[in-house]
Amino acid sequence: MPIEYYIMLSVVLFCIGVVGVLTRRNAIIIFMCIELMLNAVNLMLVAFSKMHHGAEYLTNPTSTAGTDAQLFVFFIMVVAAAEVSVGLAIIVMLYRNTHSVDVNFLNRLKN
Amino acid sequence: MMFSGILVKHHAALKNIAIAGLLVLLGLNVGENYGFALFDINTTNMLHFERFGLLFNSICIFSTLLFVMLSGKDVEKVGNYTAEYFALIFFILCGIGIVTSYVNLMMLFIGIEIISIPSYILTGSDKKNLKSNEASLKYFLMGAFSTGIMLMGIALLYGTSGTFLVERAAAQTPSISYLEAMGLLLLFISLSFKVSLAPFHFWTPDVYDGAPTVFTSFMATIVKVAGFAAFIRLFESRYGSMGSQTERLIAIVIVLTLAFGNLTAVFQQSVKRMLAYSSIAQAGFMLFALFSLNDAAKEGLILYAAAYCLATIGIFAVLVKMEDGTFEGFNGFGKSQPLLAGVLTIFLLSLAGIPLTAGFFAKYYMLASVVKTGNNLGLVIIAVLFAAVSAYYYFKVIQAMFFKDGDVSFPAVTSRFKYLMVAVAAVIVILGIFPNLLLQFMYF
Repeated sequence: MPIEYYIMLSVVLFCIGVVGVLTRRNAIIIFMCIELMLNAVNLMLVAFSKMHHGAEYLTNPTSTAGTDAQLFVFFIMVVAAAEVSVGLAIIVMLYRNTHSVDVNFLNRLKN
Repeated sequence: MMFSGILVKHHAALKNIAIAGLLVLLGLNVGENYGFALFDINTTNMLHFERFGLLFNSICIFSTLLFVMLSGKDVEKVGNYTAEYFALIFFILCGIGIVTSYVNLMMLFIGIEIISIPSYILTGSDKKNLKSNEASLKYFLMGAFSTGIMLMGIALLYGTSGTFLVERAAAQTPSISYLEAMGLLLLFISLSFKVSLAPFHFWTPDVYDGAPTVFTSFMATIVKVAGFAAFIRLFESRYGSMGSQTERLIAIVIVLTLAFGNLTAVFQQSVKRMLAYSSIAQAGFMLFALFSLNDAAKEGLILYAAAYCLATIGIFAVLVKMEDGTFEGFNGFGKSQPLLAGVLTIFLLSLAGIPLTAGFFAKYYMLASVVKTGNNLGLVIIAVLFAAVSAYYYFKVIQAMFFKDGDVSFPAVTSRFKYLMVAVAAVIVILGIFPNLLLQFMYF
């Protein structure tokens, strides 16, 4: 399959994530959309990694080009997991105090 | 630091441990600046330590040291987890160390995350306070969103160049492709989120207002300044290929940031919120370094970072102890605490950029760097105008302190606190007269 398909897929996933963050009001769903964005990036990085590796492989079969993107994907996963743990803790903390995860509550600070 | 909470039962000792740790860090950092390293780790292609980054680290560590010495007592009052708060502050410092010296986009991402995640926790550390909760959720959602955008930018840059190295990626592509331009734009947007530049600033006032005041002081100064170091390092090596369109983009962002930050700060009732908006305005000034990107800009950014951090930490150290955070709360402060009021005046003057304070030379270097780039005088004039606007709301505090009567409920402070404040003010004045004392560390 050509690389464009992968890029299109991950860009579409990313955009779904962005639109979700901007339009939804439920903190958990916003959170899921952010995860979707991160995973779209993961997909794109792996696709690019394969592309760069494939290009190098033709001339130099022992080349390690493209492996760093796969490493990066692992870093993203680890950091995303750390972020999830902190984020869910914050949401639980808010839920304990307001009994809601609706971000419309957040408008109170404006005054 | 993290485990000292288990070992040490007495809270006051934690502050001293933190101070000792910071002193050791500062010593080692300065030592490394002179070529003395305790241990040598191979960080090729990941981190590259050079003068600018190391000096920046020194400033951040020094400001944190002052922050802990001035406001350490107030950190203890936030909650029961004093040791953990200090540990989180140290984590942030670690992230700053990475962000000021990265050469690999992977390190940029990890450094920014190490800075952000503890900041979310610190924002929400006042668990029972609804405002603090909201601020932390808002900060978290915005921060995670901008992280996603940053990753997309990095992925696009990787796609065009096949490497995460900042410099080599720039060298390989002399002319800029759409994909790379898009990647850089996304990176720019996400970093703007982190340092709260104009179209992406909307979370800042709420978060700074909602967070416990001690931690606002830390986040508004040290964390923000570190973001600019990341900015400079990223765009420094990519600048040749970008040309006038980026310059125009940055100019628009600068003007928007200055306009929004200054004009909204004028109408604020609470000093804390005013400082939040003024920190947006100051970010606009710091962005001039990115606009001109020459040696003068780097010097200016170093000086600006030092001046801004010292002055803002000093003001917040007093503000934390205030019970009434509005402008009226400062009425008569000059009569009841003449020494502190005088010191506070120096801080405010420095933020406004009045000569004889460090803030003046910081702004001067920034604008001088822009003048050096040639025909951008219009931008300089706008900046000076907005600096004049900013003087208005800083002077409102001074006016309230000295020319209005009122009863200030201000708790008794130790003489050590006062001496420290005077020392910080002295540093600001000395830097305002001899800025080269700091800048000479960049070269020698």
